[in-house]
Amino acid sequence: MKEKLVLVGNGMAGVRTLEELLKLDPERYEITVFGAEPYPNYNRIMLSPVLAGEKTVDDIILNDRDWYESNGITLHTGDPVVRIDRAARKVITESGLEAGYDRLLLATGSNPFIIPVPGHDKEGVIGFRDIADVNTMLEASKRYQKAVVIGGGLLGLEAANGLMKNGMDVTVVHLMDILMERQLDRPAAELLKQSLEERGMKFLMETQTAEVLGDDRVSGLKFADGSEIEADLVVMAVGIRPNIELAQTAGIHCERGIVVNDTMQTYDPRIYAVGECVQHRGLTYGLVAPLFEQAKVAANHLAQLGFARYEGSVTSTKLKVTGIDLFSAGEFNEQEGDETLVLQDPAAGVYKKLVVRDNRIKGAVLYGDTMDGTWYFQLLRDGTDISAFRSTILFGQHDLGDAGHGDETRVAALSDDAEICGCNGVCKGEIIDAIVTKGLFTLDDVKAHTKAASSCGSCTGLVEAILASTVGDGYDATPSKKPLCGCTEYSHDEVIAGIKEHQLKTMDAVRSFFEWKNPDGCAACRPALNYYLLAYWPGEYHDDPQSRFINERAHGNIQKDGTYSVVPRMFGGLCTPAELRAIADVAEKYNVPEMKVTGGQRIDLFGIKKEDLPAVWKDLSEAGFVSGHAYGKALRTVKTCAGKNWCRFGTQDSTGLGVKLEELTWGSWMPHKFKLAVSGCPRNCAEATIKDFGVVCVDSGYELHVGGNGGIKVRVTDLLCKVETEEEVLEYCGAFIQKYREEAHYLERTAPWVERVGLDYIKQAIVEDEAQRKALYERFKYSQQFAQIDPWKQRAEGEEANEFQPIKITAA
Amino acid sequence: MSNWIEIAALEDIPRLGARVVKTDTMDVAVFRTRDDQVFALKDACPHKQGPLSQGIVSGTTVTCPMHNWKIDLEKGCALGPDEGCTNVFRTKVENGKVYLAI
Ligand SMILES: Cc1cc2nc3c(=O)[nH]c(=O)nc-3n(C[C@H](O)[C@H](O)[C@H](O)COP(=O)(O)OP(=O)(O)OC[C@H]3O[C@@H](n4cnc5c(N)ncnc54)[C@H](O)[C@@H]3O)c2cc1C
Ligand code: HEM
Ligand code: SF4
Ligand code: FES
Repeated sequence: MKEKLVLVGNGMAGVRTLEELLKLDPERYEITVFGAEPYPNYNRIMLSPVLAGEKTVDDIILNDRDWYESNGITLHTGDPVVRIDRAARKVITESGLEAGYDRLLLATGSNPFIIPVPGHDKEGVIGFRDIADVNTMLEASKRYQKAVVIGGGLLGLEAANGLMKNGMDVTVVHLMDILMERQLDRPAAELLKQSLEERGMKFLMETQTAEVLGDDRVSGLKFADGSEIEADLVVMAVGIRPNIELAQTAGIHCERGIVVNDTMQTYDPRIYAVGECVQHRGLTYGLVAPLFEQAKVAANHLAQLGFARYEGSVTSTKLKVTGIDLFSAGEFNEQEGDETLVLQDPAAGVYKKLVVRDNRIKGAVLYGDTMDGTWYFQLLRDGTDISAFRSTILFGQHDLGDAGHGDETRVAALSDDAEICGCNGVCKGEIIDAIVTKGLFTLDDVKAHTKAASSCGSCTGLVEAILASTVGDGYDATPSKKPLCGCTEYSHDEVIAGIKEHQLKTMDAVRSFFEWKNPDGCAACRPALNYYLLAYWPGEYHDDPQSRFINERAHGNIQKDGTYSVVPRMFGGLCTPAELRAIADVAEKYNVPEMKVTGGQRIDLFGIKKEDLPAVWKDLSEAGFVSGHAYGKALRTVKTCAGKNWCRFGTQDSTGLGVKLEELTWGSWMPHKFKLAVSGCPRNCAEATIKDFGVVCVDSGYELHVGGNGGIKVRVTDLLCKVETEEEVLEYCGAFIQKYREEAHYLERTAPWVERVGLDYIKQAIVEDEAQRKALYERFKYSQQFAQIDPWKQRAEGEEANEFQPIKITAA
Repeated sequence: MSNWIEIAALEDIPRLGARVVKTDTMDVAVFRTRDDQVFALKDACPHKQGPLSQGIVSGTTVTCPMHNWKIDLEKGCALGPDEGCTNVFRTKVENGKVYLAI
């Protein structure tokens, strides 16, 4: 029989512990949960946005009732546990239910502290803790005008902000002379107060409440100095008290909270506790991040793995008042001997302060610009030595990239559990571990052993940086040349030059000229050589399907389940009712399970079986569509905005120009995917400045931008030049593409290419050297003759039929 | 006891490529190397069941299209550093016809 686990307190820490436990050992326990509130587990943090009308209660439910059911958990809501019978090992609820346990987990959270002044129990005096409190406040705001919030801390200000948003006249009464004194230093607190006052919030500072006035319901407050204020609603937000009553009456040792050791165990070894009700090494916590760390540890011990330890947490805070950015962490008030780094820009409403001791960040307060809060917090927690970049640290992390050691410092800043490779879920710690235990020295080794950087490759820089910092001097970060792949010593550049100079026109010729170790090449060099030969010898070299990745061979994106997706080209994103109807017909005919509009303004049909592809393409091609190449290292899409024809801001016909650009460029194979966009004015609705080639129309002509991309590491384009006519746009675009096609390394996108060769080099070739530009453009147009043959139509007509047709054998 | 089934003409399988053979219970990938050797593996990578038939063939290995594991066509096993094997089926070529033993 399974052991029984009972959880008392259906809140954030308790349920997180269950989630962690289910991950580790889903079968061990029969689990029963008791919650005093009538809801499944919800995100308490988000009560502030609910009060402010920015979210609904439904939005903030974390685990709905189905979750409990599908995990076999019995849930009792609205029925608090009133007694623990430790001798009989059972809990008893208010309604008289009993449940026996082998292990008991207490996660009863905390209660708002209500100041015991006379009259504190009148109607209309509440705390801010749960959905019921929020409902009380929302109700009050419908019938009354004046609210007073006692407490100018995080919770009080969020409550005050929410009440104000519901139309109430709100005064915040605070005992200290600055707001949020536990999170902010004086300058930041002053900025905060100022901007809240601008929004209409009133403050009574250094004011102590003496009495709540009124008959049954509150009508006002009286202060220690004898003054009074009217109030129809009083919210006390002066702190929380761990909710230990239940544990205490059961005789479990409590001080301020339920005392636990580093394994989250109470003095009764069968009973664990997590969350705000807990006291660990003398500290209690009131934020979720430490509670989630506790949850992990408790789960580890409940699953009887027995190795995790909780050793306390450093916390950071953000205020969730929309429009106010504020961040604080650590020891933000300097002590004797500390240094402070301060950046103040009162006009922009920005204040940043870092407290530094021995070149390590000890605390941070940010106001107005909190972008780098997480980074500073990471540096703080990891105790990183910041001397290398302290002169620029206040400008933020993105500033480091320009200093030339961007990746390495970024990596140093990350903790071991920071995820490096998002595709394969590989963390920094795993990579370091593999490097150390398996003695890896090269990027390829790391890729092979950890899978990091082996999918989309966008984390390659980070992985290299980890390798460099782990192996230290043993790793030559910039080898004088990097071989194209394991089959050869020669680099991309040498192979490209060889193909050109020695007229190498087949893959075998390249491999024998450069003495490839492996006669067939490998999965890395075959697609690269196939591309280079195609790019240099248009019309002469025959594409080798067996040297293409499956997406390009099958002309569709292979999906997780082995089916393919199909994206027909819609030039410039334009379409007609007839075209849409044709797509809809195809979707119905082939039972397409899902359709979606892509980021590049196309329609994606998912879930098509490989055998059906030629028939799907036939129908699409009869309706006039060609392949959208959404699967290839090729020209993807030209995204356009509404433009002059419709938009009141438009300066040029951005849509028409987009269509012309796509007609010029479609079908072209590239070193990597290539995206274009045309925006009709600098408002830039088509996001042209994060594309490989982007056009921004202005009154006097067209700005041409190059080398941008979205994705994981967003790069904004560089301005190439400005031209006056559409013809010039087409010519410059074709020339830029051809330069890229001829010189970039396979799988190098324009952004890294532009960075590698330098913008000046490209400007020189495309803008300044007219003869070169024209020659490049001519070569591009020549190669397009052979590229603009629709691969879908060819295959619909029977080419490569074997690729799509499986051989069927059935038992006779 | 073997059960040879004729599946295709040799030239219907591309050099350095593969065809999929669908049986009632599974898919089998039949590969052809540069020197016309033919191998057959269950069309499921030992890593996460990726379709090996869709990978790139070189020498006597195929690289899985999903996460780039290299699988030995003769033994059906992943080449270091990865570990795992998929099922191997016998094949023969006679008079330009490919036979599969299932
Ligand atoms: C308005 C608001 C805003 C906040 N904002 C932030 C923020 O921005 N960032 C942040 O990190 N933290 C924030 N917090 C704090 C955070 O919500 C808490 O730290 C966290 O919810 C505590 O989790 P817990 O599981 O310990 O307690 P809870 O989530 O309170 O869960 C305890 C549950 O146990 C129930 N319970 C108690 N006794 C019994 C009993 N005897 N029987 C059955 N059930 C019982 C309670 O009803 C409650 O549902 C905020 C809190 C509030 C109220
Ligand atoms: C095998 C890998 C990938 C496949 C198959 C793929 C496929 C696609 C497809 C089909 C689209 C929509 C096509 C279009 O209309 O433009 C798209 C859009 C996009 N992809 Fe990918 N993608 C891949 C990898 C990536 C990577 C690695 C990045 C980032 C580094 C990325 C970033 C984007 C972006 C930003 C868009 C939106 C483009 C826009 O708004 O114009 N993709 N991708
Ligand atoms: S970019 Fe300019 S012209 Fe184009 S839709 Fe936006 S506002 Fe209009
Ligand atoms: S499924 Fe083949 S490598 Fe992952």
